[in-house]
Amino acid sequence: MRKVVRGFYSIAYSVKLCRPNVIAAYPITPQTEIVENLASMYANGELGECEYVTAESEFGAASILVGASAAGARTFTATCSQGLILMSEVLINAAGMRLPIVLVNTNRALSAPLSIWNDHQDSMILRDAGLMQIHVESNQEAHDMVPVAFKVAENHKVMLPFMINMDGYKLTHAYEPIDLLDQETIDEFLPSYDPPVYMTTKNPLTFGSYAPPQYYAEFRVVMQNAMDRARKELENAYKEWAEITGRDWGGHVVAENVEDAELVAIAMGSLTGMVRDVVSELRTQGKKVGLLKIRTLRPFPIEEVRKALKNAEKILVFERAVSFGHEGPVGMEVKSACFGLTPEFYSFAVGLGGRDIPREEIVKIIGNVYEGKVEQGFHFGTVKPFEEVIV
Amino acid sequence: MSSRMSFFGPGHGACPGCGLTIATRNVLEALEGKCFVANSTGCLEIVSSQYDRSAWGVPYIHSLFENAGAVAAGIDLALKALKRKDEGKVVVFAGDGATADIGIGPLSGMFDRNHDVIYICLDNEAYQNTGNQQSGLTPPGSNTTTTPVGKLLPGKLGKKKDMVSIAVAHGVPYVATASVAFHADIRRKVKKAAEIEGAKYIQIHTPCVTGWGIDGKQTIESARLAYETALYPIVEYENGELIRVRKIKERKPVEEYLKIQRRFRHLFTHPRGKEVIEILQKIADENAARFNLDI
Repeated sequence: MRKVVRGFYSIAYSVKLCRPNVIAAYPITPQTEIVENLASMYANGELGECEYVTAESEFGAASILVGASAAGARTFTATCSQGLILMSEVLINAAGMRLPIVLVNTNRALSAPLSIWNDHQDSMILRDAGLMQIHVESNQEAHDMVPVAFKVAENHKVMLPFMINMDGYKLTHAYEPIDLLDQETIDEFLPSYDPPVYMTTKNPLTFGSYAPPQYYAEFRVVMQNAMDRARKELENAYKEWAEITGRDWGGHVVAENVEDAELVAIAMGSLTGMVRDVVSELRTQGKKVGLLKIRTLRPFPIEEVRKALKNAEKILVFERAVSFGHEGPVGMEVKSACFGLTPEFYSFAVGLGGRDIPREEIVKIIGNVYEGKVEQGFHFGTVKPFEEVIV
Repeated sequence: MSSRMSFFGPGHGACPGCGLTIATRNVLEALEGKCFVANSTGCLEIVSSQYDRSAWGVPYIHSLFENAGAVAAGIDLALKALKRKDEGKVVVFAGDGATADIGIGPLSGMFDRNHDVIYICLDNEAYQNTGNQQSGLTPPGSNTTTTPVGKLLPGKLGKKKDMVSIAVAHGVPYVATASVAFHADIRRKVKKAAEIEGAKYIQIHTPCVTGWGIDGKQTIESARLAYETALYPIVEYENGELIRVRKIKERKPVEEYLKIQRRFRHLFTHPRGKEVIEILQKIADENAARFNLDI
């Protein structure tokens, strides 16, 4: 059913079709309308065997889902920014307990200064948390990835939380025609949640043991193993999705025009479309440029990234976050995938705190790097001169 | 193995005379093991949930220090959504710090939404797992590592947070205090709580051998003296109304309670000790008047 809806609704509707059992959330801009839509569905009795609650905080919401998931429920929440980092203690704990909570993060900057606008600083903080993480480019992709997230998170070979990152405002607030899925398609794709273990008086088990030094490391090793298996399971789910729906979003990465490219530009999320557009135009001008869209951030698709970049002379990463004291986090990931290769490397942090990213800026950055007018390394995009008071 | 052993233990590593384990065993037995336990980080968790040595014979989860109220709420929601409510009651075991300080937000949320949860606060009056640091439920005059006795200061200044009133103010249907000195009373209250739909709060006074500086055999005696001096009133509220108190036959002066514990011993020699003892006696007198404890 094709319908013009906002990004919020594309998520909420998809969550409904996945038949969740417990949804707990707390309002935060620009996420609120996702859970408002779900609350409205709940109020109208459209969520089936599901309990919906507004928690006292994001910390509480995530904690509620830990209890619910451990008791055998399919669970969902959505948040962003301060809410995500308030949840972080719980999400890290949920990953360690191997609870397949699914959340949507509507990417937003972090305070201070306070900013309600889009970049990727929030989700990057959770890079090492043990959550699977993907970035989506459009609201249709966001809509489609919710069932994929549940399927892979709840896969017995994986059993880890799953975070879908969608750009706040740029996607959440946008009206787009979305091919809304139907219940039969989802039921065919996503089986009901069948946890390998759960809290029940019929078989009393202990969850969340503490592990002294003789045990702890083994738990972390099996988390890493689960992430390694998730590479394959996620790839399979992407493929199955394409077969069932006819919409192929690609694998962990989507590489376009990289085979003969001198310069490969790398982007994630909603910025990808504009970079693709610029790259296509430069191609028509005879410039050997390509695009690498990274969809899966965790588990990091190290082989796919390396393969896509093996011929590149110049790599250019468009960053939406900064690891202060070092460089952009995606660049760090990409460099690790290219170890032993010797391309020139450039990265630009653009659109921090929702700063507009004009097409001309992308054209200029790619052009300057292509023509060798920029020094290698990490740069910020267009910023004004700013007096530093604390020096 | 007797049924008593199967809910909690064998295998826990608590100190001989630990108040927590006495309370926990009584709660689990009152519920006949038909329960889901959410436990905050703390002494009880550490002595009972080591990997490969769990002492729990009921489904048990430990997530974090400050979220047991919310985790329990989540279990309640899952049981409701999955139509498994008949499997058992959802019970929280949380320490006084986890309850009154770091976890009061999630606890307030659980109360506010009135989840069907029995929240047991095991009140040993300080962060005992980490070695006796003061919490919001540490009484005045207590010598803790973060309110140490010094030349100027006589231990903790300030009050013990009134969690019972905070619980009652949330409008939850059942709120009570209890003490490990009175096992049958703990069991009766837990059984009663299990019959009531909605959020229940029971705060149990659980002496800590190491933190309080008592002998393992003085646990019950200490808890009893806290009641007999009216420093720990044993009360019961239903739907916001005080319905029952445990009356005291011949109320003892607070010194009787203080003098047997190392955490209060300095009050008998410190320049400000007399002043603090007077404050504690005033609290006891106010408790006795407020709850009409004296026979």
